[in-house]
Amino acid sequence: MLKNYGNGYYVERDDDRCIRCEVCINQCTYDTHFFDSEDDVIISQDENCINCQRCVSLCPTNAITIRKKVSKYTENFHWKDESILSIKKQAETGGMILTGMGCDKPEFTYWDRILLNASQVTNPSIDPLREPMELLTFLGSKPDNLELEFEENKMSLKTELSPQLRLGIPIMFSALSYGAVSYNVHQALARAASESGTYFNTGEGGLDRRLHKYGKNAIVQVASGRFGVNPDYLDVGAAVEIKIGQGAKPGIGGHLPGEKVGPDISRTRMIPEGTDAISPAPQHDIYSIEDLRQLIYALKEATNYSKPISVKIAAVHNSAAIASGIVRAGADIVALDGVRGSTGAAPKIIRDNVGIPIELAIASVDQRLRDEGIRNKASIVIGGGIRNSGDVLKAIALGADSVYIATSALIAIGCTVCQKCYTGKCPWGIATTDPYISKRINPEIATRRLVNLLKGWSNEIKEIMGGMGINAIESIRGNRLMLRGVGLSDRELSALGIKLAGE
Amino acid sequence: MQENKIILNNQPLELLNGNLSSLSSKLYEYIKLRKNAIEINAEGMHYRDLNYLIKSISKTPKKIILRNISGQRYIGTKLCENVIMEIYGTPGNDLGSFMDGAEITVNGNVQDGCGNTMNRGCIMIKGSAGDILGYSMRGGKIFVRDDVGYRVGIHMKEYKENRPCIVVGGTTGDFLGEYMAGGILVILGLNLEKEKIHNIKYVGTGMHGGVIYIHGEVTHTGKEVEMKSLDESDKILLKGLVMEYCKYFNIINSNEIIKREFSKLIPVSTRPYGDLYAY
Repeated sequence: MLKNYGNGYYVERDDDRCIRCEVCINQCTYDTHFFDSEDDVIISQDENCINCQRCVSLCPTNAITIRKKVSKYTENFHWKDESILSIKKQAETGGMILTGMGCDKPEFTYWDRILLNASQVTNPSIDPLREPMELLTFLGSKPDNLELEFEENKMSLKTELSPQLRLGIPIMFSALSYGAVSYNVHQALARAASESGTYFNTGEGGLDRRLHKYGKNAIVQVASGRFGVNPDYLDVGAAVEIKIGQGAKPGIGGHLPGEKVGPDISRTRMIPEGTDAISPAPQHDIYSIEDLRQLIYALKEATNYSKPISVKIAAVHNSAAIASGIVRAGADIVALDGVRGSTGAAPKIIRDNVGIPIELAIASVDQRLRDEGIRNKASIVIGGGIRNSGDVLKAIALGADSVYIATSALIAIGCTVCQKCYTGKCPWGIATTDPYISKRINPEIATRRLVNLLKGWSNEIKEIMGGMGINAIESIRGNRLMLRGVGLSDRELSALGIKLAGE
Repeated sequence: MQENKIILNNQPLELLNGNLSSLSSKLYEYIKLRKNAIEINAEGMHYRDLNYLIKSISKTPKKIILRNISGQRYIGTKLCENVIMEIYGTPGNDLGSFMDGAEITVNGNVQDGCGNTMNRGCIMIKGSAGDILGYSMRGGKIFVRDDVGYRVGIHMKEYKENRPCIVVGGTTGDFLGEYMAGGILVILGLNLEKEKIHNIKYVGTGMHGGVIYIHGEVTHTGKEVEMKSLDESDKILLKGLVMEYCKYFNIINSNEIIKREFSKLIPVSTRPYGDLYAY
């Protein structure tokens, strides 16, 4: 019964190609490969393999292939290997099954059933190579109306504007806490955000002092554990985000295991080395919208009303009503994280079963805020499984002001979405605090790759916008006429507020 | 401008930029200069105006006296060292949140959320405090003469020399020291009846660091804590805090308080939830 069931992969090695260079042995943090000097052969323990593809990528002679095992149990649509293996593991340990990254089940993606529009004949498309295309986005509360003053033929704005975040591209890096990811990753995100004129989110683990110089491009997070929250931290960020929930684990807290709390993490989180960093499920000073308002205004007082305050929630059944409450509580930005939102560690049962798809959440929140006449009071930022610029544009057309990306950003710097972030042994040096493994991320190269990704996406967005005959992202925001659905029921179409393709 | 006439430490008082205040034209009506202090009459004043005024003044360190405070929130937010503040009345929620070194004395009770995520400094309350006192406090001290509400000292944490500390003269509500990750909580139980029982539940649930010293019986604790008797180093620590408490609140029999029996609550493990998961 105690057999190690492994992860369902086996390692195939072409012995003719293998030159015994031992790169695979050195690179694998899961001890899959070992060298048998007697027989001069490298052997792989399949059950340790997590299919991160690190050895495959770095093998100089392409000798390694990792294959998924065909179901080891009798094929059964209902009782898949995943279910059987989980039960066996729990029967042995009595624990909750942990996992990393976002929900991997096929059912919850609407992006693929939504299509974007383009102009043909009746209104010409715009050539983005020739015409200026505007992606500039401002996040924050907008006034109900503008008062202008005219003096000596000069016009000036009388209305005092709320603080805004200025984004060159409507994509930001979502919360990745220092501790969940390594310092090099945090640094790359910070530098890429500052180079690309957008923002990165510190996550709830504080901001290392060495990165304070990128504070102008940082959204600093305040979560239930309040790790690393001190006056400097609030001063240095461009905006403050109160984290209520996370798409991968709505309603539950997080534990950064003590093993990951080394000297640097300890200093930044302001907790002793080696202790668990526990973020309780709720913020125990927030049990209501009124309490939330209290924290929002405490942070506004602490930042002299000079920074937008964001509130991040997981998209759940009553998101629309909750978002309305959040806006009325004084938040300048509402951040929604859908069921596909990623995590460094969460119980699998919660990741895969709790929350709602972000597409439906955007549509319902945007509609609710419009119906109540308070949509201008806050910007909507969404996240949770944004894979490409098409998803970005669809999100914006559904009503988002900007999107958060995290998984895409990590993939850009090496992640292969093997879902083992919670072990702290990330072979790509991303989801780890091990000083040896984290060196695998070169901040220079990672920064470049992130900047490239944003550049590529922004060009694609401009190209699609041009095709629609629209030259400013502002004109797509909440413009659901630009969307059509396929393979969706009437009820789904009306919830999304879009028409059927062909209509 | 009229406000420039207020001179602090030989410099005219400058108001912070970018803040809207309806008060700037009639500052004189609210501010009085005393010999060693600035006095603000906060009667009927909105918290935003009041805090704006305090922030402007605290740029030039001086003692600040607030009179007629009634429920204004966020007083002393992020207030830095070198500021000494005396409050008369009842400050509202979140007194001294994110505070960074100031010293606040309250002549009266305080409401909820006092010392929220406080970093450094000291708050002395000559009365009782409401719920969630010292939430996630990471440094500094809070002394409460009488009782405190629910969820006090939740998630306090310490790092190296930053060791937050709350001393309560009376008794507390439920969930004392929940998720406590560091720091010191002292409950003196001075006003307990003869049976000396604290009517509180869930003390130290999820606690994984720090220590609670308590006089009087506690019957209901979280499963994550164990009760111990004090050793010599505990006694020295406790004595210092009790002396400080007595000094602030003019209590003469400090020795008698120290001699009473205290128990110590500490976490069973620094990793209470380590075995919850299957890897």
